[in-house]
Amino acid sequence: MNIVLGIEGTAWNLSAAIVEEDKILSEYSLPYQPVGGGIHPRDAAQSHATNIKKVISTVLDKADIDPKNINGVAFSIGPGMGPCLRTVATAARALSLLLDIPLIGVNHCIAHIEIGKWLTGAKNPLILYVSGANSQVIGLRGRRYNIYGETLDIGIGNAIDKFSRAFNIRHPGGPKIEELAKKGERYIKLPYVVKGMDFSFSGLVTAAINAVNREEFSIYDVSFSLQENAFSMLVEVTERALAYTDTHELLLTGGVGANSRLREMLKIMCEDRDVKFFAPDKKYMGDNGVMIAYTGLLMLKSGITIKVEDSTVRPNFRPDEVEIKW
Amino acid sequence: MVIKGAEADVEFDEDNGIVIKKRLPKRYRIKQLDDIIRRERTKIEAKIMADARKVGVPTPIILDITYDTIKMELINGVTLKEVIDERLIERVGEHVGKMHKRGIVHGDLTTANMIYSSEEDVIYLIDFGLSRYDEEMEGRGVDIHVLFQMLHIYDNYDKLEESFIKGYKKVFDKAEEVLDRVKKIEKRGRYKHE
Repeated sequence: MNIVLGIEGTAWNLSAAIVEEDKILSEYSLPYQPVGGGIHPRDAAQSHATNIKKVISTVLDKADIDPKNINGVAFSIGPGMGPCLRTVATAARALSLLLDIPLIGVNHCIAHIEIGKWLTGAKNPLILYVSGANSQVIGLRGRRYNIYGETLDIGIGNAIDKFSRAFNIRHPGGPKIEELAKKGERYIKLPYVVKGMDFSFSGLVTAAINAVNREEFSIYDVSFSLQENAFSMLVEVTERALAYTDTHELLLTGGVGANSRLREMLKIMCEDRDVKFFAPDKKYMGDNGVMIAYTGLLMLKSGITIKVEDSTVRPNFRPDEVEIKW
Repeated sequence: MVIKGAEADVEFDEDNGIVIKKRLPKRYRIKQLDDIIRRERTKIEAKIMADARKVGVPTPIILDITYDTIKMELINGVTLKEVIDERLIERVGEHVGKMHKRGIVHGDLTTANMIYSSEEDVIYLIDFGLSRYDEEMEGRGVDIHVLFQMLHIYDNYDKLEESFIKGYKKVFDKAEEVLDRVKKIEKRGRYKHE
């Protein structure tokens, strides 16, 4: 039986977990909360550095195992914010050396996919991965994840955050905009930008901010229209990729996947296309340590480990760079 | 025969040699947005198809149009997805070059949107639903970036890219500038934390 300890800390959430084959033994998170504005990479890294000891000792205590029984230490090596990645990598390297067990550098995006497959039972789904910095439509082709479509500028989560910051709504803006949108009654025409399989959000956000600032429309109506446009764009591209690849399973993952309106739209589209819709529990949609531990375990079993001296973090690490050997 | 695409139902009437493309409402999006998208895309598609043909890019001739439906001539052939090779993709490069020169961006350049007629040895471009008039390097770059992304499904995609570029350069004097932009587009829009 393999047991892996995994640490996630690419952005706002510092989280660790211990996973044994198909069982979660323990998990614990201490997320960073910006005082105002968005996530500041240096402040986030500082918060992670302060909390990492507590996070790791807590998962070790909660798992109630002898640390000697742990077979590997996994950490998210990228993509993510450099300072945050480096903080987590340092802790993972130290653990690897201390316990004399292999180090595993996990691609953060792939971890979102693997935990989704594991928890939902999806076999070979197309994946819509939507988080703060990432918005991608991904599918496994041969031994690699292929990106069929993605944002040409900012991720959907950051787009919504940018809108909410303009009106002093605290990070994360997503859940608050979702609430405001529920009170919207009128649809306002805003930019809708799909270019083939890719999409873009920055023009949409600017137009939405201006619409509120000009006091022509209420923030409720604009939030509603912003969500409708942005999510319709994502669903349209997802549907096109499903058609193109002739796939009959869809997996939703990433923090923005918690949005009820987006889930509702995807469900309807899947119903109409005879596609099975999968989404893990909201807790495992956003960044979490379990996904890193579990993916690390898959990698360890396939013999994919990394030497400490080669474990430099990769802030721009793309999922299509990884060979999937498991 | 009716093919249910991601965006529209396309009815092939072989007897009369016509294709009827109807954009169907999507239940997942609200009616106001749905109406705007279907109406605008139908109108632009018809206009651009005619304009592309004028600059020498084969497209089906339009017979009739309503707010959500285009009736056009049927092209006999197979999609390039099935028969792609270096010679044919070079020809696609020429077609795209001619359109870009005319200020048209196709918006959905995939090999499923190209029909090869072996009888005529001609490649027709179809599905101009996401097309627009755009003379910016960015729009042209994204057009090609989208195609290159899709070419990754073929094992010899690097050769295919090369051949496309050869054809594109042949007809379009600003090709180099666009291809530089393609490289930049590939690098950005990904993770820009630092």
